[in-house]
Amino acid sequence: MNTNEHEHVIEVTDLRRVYGGGFEAVRGISFSVARGEVFALLGTNGAGKTSTVELLEGLARPTDGRIRVLGHDPYTERAAVRPRTGAMLQEGGFPSELTVEETARMWAGCVSGARPPLEVLELVGLARRAGVRVKQLSGGERRRLDLALALLGDPEVLFLDEPTTGLDAEGRRDTWELVRALRDRGTTVLLTTHYLEEAEDLAGRLAILHEGRIAATGTPAEVTAAQPSRISFELPEGYFVGDLPPLGELGVCGHDVDGRVVRLRTHALQRSATGLLTWAERAGVELRRLDVRSASLEEAFLGIAAREEVAA
Amino acid sequence: MSTLTTPAGRLGALARAEFTLLGRSKATLVTAVLVPLALPFSLRSVVDDMDVEEAGLSVGTVLLPAAIGFALLFGVYSALVAVFTARREELVLKRLRTGELRDVEILCGTALPIGATGLVQSLVLVAGSTVLLDLPAPHAPHLAALGLLLGLVMCTALAALTAAVTRTVESAQVTSLPFVLISMALSGVTVPLEMLHDRLASVCELLPLSPVITLVRGGWTGTLSTYEALGALGTALAWTVLAVFAVGRWFRWEPRR
Repeated sequence: MNTNEHEHVIEVTDLRRVYGGGFEAVRGISFSVARGEVFALLGTNGAGKTSTVELLEGLARPTDGRIRVLGHDPYTERAAVRPRTGAMLQEGGFPSELTVEETARMWAGCVSGARPPLEVLELVGLARRAGVRVKQLSGGERRRLDLALALLGDPEVLFLDEPTTGLDAEGRRDTWELVRALRDRGTTVLLTTHYLEEAEDLAGRLAILHEGRIAATGTPAEVTAAQPSRISFELPEGYFVGDLPPLGELGVCGHDVDGRVVRLRTHALQRSATGLLTWAERAGVELRRLDVRSASLEEAFLGIAAREEVAA
Repeated sequence: MSTLTTPAGRLGALARAEFTLLGRSKATLVTAVLVPLALPFSLRSVVDDMDVEEAGLSVGTVLLPAAIGFALLFGVYSALVAVFTARREELVLKRLRTGELRDVEILCGTALPIGATGLVQSLVLVAGSTVLLDLPAPHAPHLAALGLLLGLVMCTALAALTAAVTRTVESAQVTSLPFVLISMALSGVTVPLEMLHDRLASVCELLPLSPVITLVRGGWTGTLSTYEALGALGTALAWTVLAVFAVGRWFRWEPRR
């Protein structure tokens, strides 16, 4: 088997998905995921995350574009792909009258090289609920059962559609631990989420989806770096914006004023902040409500959502 | 590389789970097991009043095909419409489709326990009729067996097709009614086609379940000519192929949203 580290195990080219009613959920996206990488599709509800993942899982045929998972078309070459992938749907279903263990045993019979069901239930913390009927599980426990089944066959590629939605804080941390452990063992993970911290913590690279298109992509640091850092403060009594040193020389790329509050945007945070503080020191004034912050993924995310809404 | 699963292994795992579920579903058990066993005997007095001998039949050759018809309609068809609909609405089918199971394995595995129940039930009915109704040994058992097997496959496929137009498990009782009623009245289940007007009978012969009942009955009476037997087999086969093709084309794997 080819275990080349730079091998792309997921390749998506110009992917489109139009539903029966004519709604275009995915509007031409391309990305690739290397072996052993954790890749996150980040986006608000309706951004096209699930529509994309379902195509990657091979549940439907794309309207247009090309997908390769482990070198195969996941829809037409199902038999070649499925034994090597695991999937957790955003909303998976299990017969409500089966117990947790019966469900896992059934699934194990359908998975190549399945691990012992109880071992996997242990892994997700469901072993002591093995004898309980699925209908009696909480929403979070159901998500963990779903995750357990996705892990049963030790997949090379794992698709997780909003794996932590509906989990409490502890459950979310446990799932993150699990994903990190999988990544360390070389599993390629593609996950969707609308939690920024989840994408930032887990993903080596991510793509922000908005209205069916990729609005930004790269490592969390790269996506963040494309965003300006911010400095805001209250103008001292008797001073005007014109009294500040020339903003261009401070590396400021834009500013706005709201009453007495000034907000500066900069890609050279240290230079801008130093310049501003040196000026204040020399002028002998105090900058009240001073706030200096680096760009964050959150700002990138919110910025993208807001920008496109204005454009639309 | 780990050992790959086999179709038989996957089918077995799914069918085993479905067997467990069947045992836990009281409503399905009642329709699937009790109704087909109880209904024929309620027909007994009606059949006694019919001039069945004039049509070359006996109480046994009227009641046994009727009972097998009920087993196929209630035990297999109606029960499976409900099961397919329930699994789809619970998103079980969608989840299964993310795995290694092929679509046809998912449908067969889900249907297997109920189909097997229908088969066993039919055999019990044969044994029961032989003992209680003095039914002689069949003259052409191969025709009866072929008819029964085609009937099982056809009813399974028609159930999947009916499930495609069924929104909820509750409405399954309504959507499965047309095929059940038409078959009961016009496919020789309650009234043997031999006792209908020739012209009506020749139309009714073309209905899906008619050839199945004809083959089962003919298997016992031995009165089917080769031409008639082949005609019935052809009709049954045509409906079965058509139904299976339609399932591949129109089956719904996910709930309508």
